[in-house]
Amino acid sequence: MLFAGTPIVIGLGHYITVAAILFTIGVLGIFLNRRNVILMLMAIELILLAVNINLVAFSAYLGDLTGQVLAMFVLTVAAAEAAIGLAILVIFFRRRGSIAVDDVNRMHG
Amino acid sequence: MISILAFYLFATLTIASAIAVIFARNPVHSVLWLILAFFNAAGLMLLVGAEFIAMLVVIVYVGAVAVLFLFVVMMLDIDFASLRSGFNRNLPFGIIIALVLLAEIVIALFAHQAGPAFAGAPVAAAQPNIVALGQLLYSRYLFAFELAGLILLVAMVGAIVLTHRSRRDTRPQKVWKQVARRPDEAIHNANPGVGEGMKL
Repeated sequence: MLFAGTPIVIGLGHYITVAAILFTIGVLGIFLNRRNVILMLMAIELILLAVNINLVAFSAYLGDLTGQVLAMFVLTVAAAEAAIGLAILVIFFRRRGSIAVDDVNRMHG
Repeated sequence: MISILAFYLFATLTIASAIAVIFARNPVHSVLWLILAFFNAAGLMLLVGAEFIAMLVVIVYVGAVAVLFLFVVMMLDIDFASLRSGFNRNLPFGIIIALVLLAEIVIALFAHQAGPAFAGAPVAAAQPNIVALGQLLYSRYLFAFELAGLILLVAMVGAIVLTHRSRRDTRPQKVWKQVARRPDEAIHNANPGVGEGMKL
């Protein structure tokens, strides 16, 4: 027996802890890669993934399917956000030849 | 027993690959680590019985979003080394902020008092997950579902409009000219008799 003694039951707290760590890693990724938009978008995807894990865990814990429906909508918004973000990134790169975003302070058309 | 081991395996791999996403030097490696994180998160969702969402995560995130990221990373000729300047300068402060945030979340988690559970859409035991989800989605959440479709449509049109460029050296079809065409101006079949077809 690997876990002798008290039996370990995987509950809501385990899932929420994983989601909290994932969320924090996403925020850290946005903070660290301040110049690289692609990595910032990936960090946003990580944050949305943490939200999805939370929703699904609560849905299973409460026995309520609404959480899973909401997780689907979060997934939809994440896909749309990635598509629009990358499209903006592509036209930004075409115009400026770089994706360094720390000096984006003018909207010249 | 197996499910406990599977939970710790999936959770560890999710977190480890998420850390690798933000610390990888090569963005292509970042995308590949992101795919691993998505797969393991799908495994986590599978463990609590949300089969449909797990498969959706694999299909949408891995099949669409990650491939889109990979496509953009490989298509654009970006000097990624110069974008990493300031990474090490931000690192200590960033880790402090992240630890504070994590501590706040965990303290809030274990200090809260749960109210009475509100069962909005209880799970019927006999139904498979996807059947129950589909019935809920097409009845109570129908308008939200169609709104989600509208969001996807707007995202699709927006992405096409943003990235489309009209080139000067091509000869596209002139739609107005084709629409304005009338039958009596067009060439049509005729069957003239012998010697009557053409006037010279």
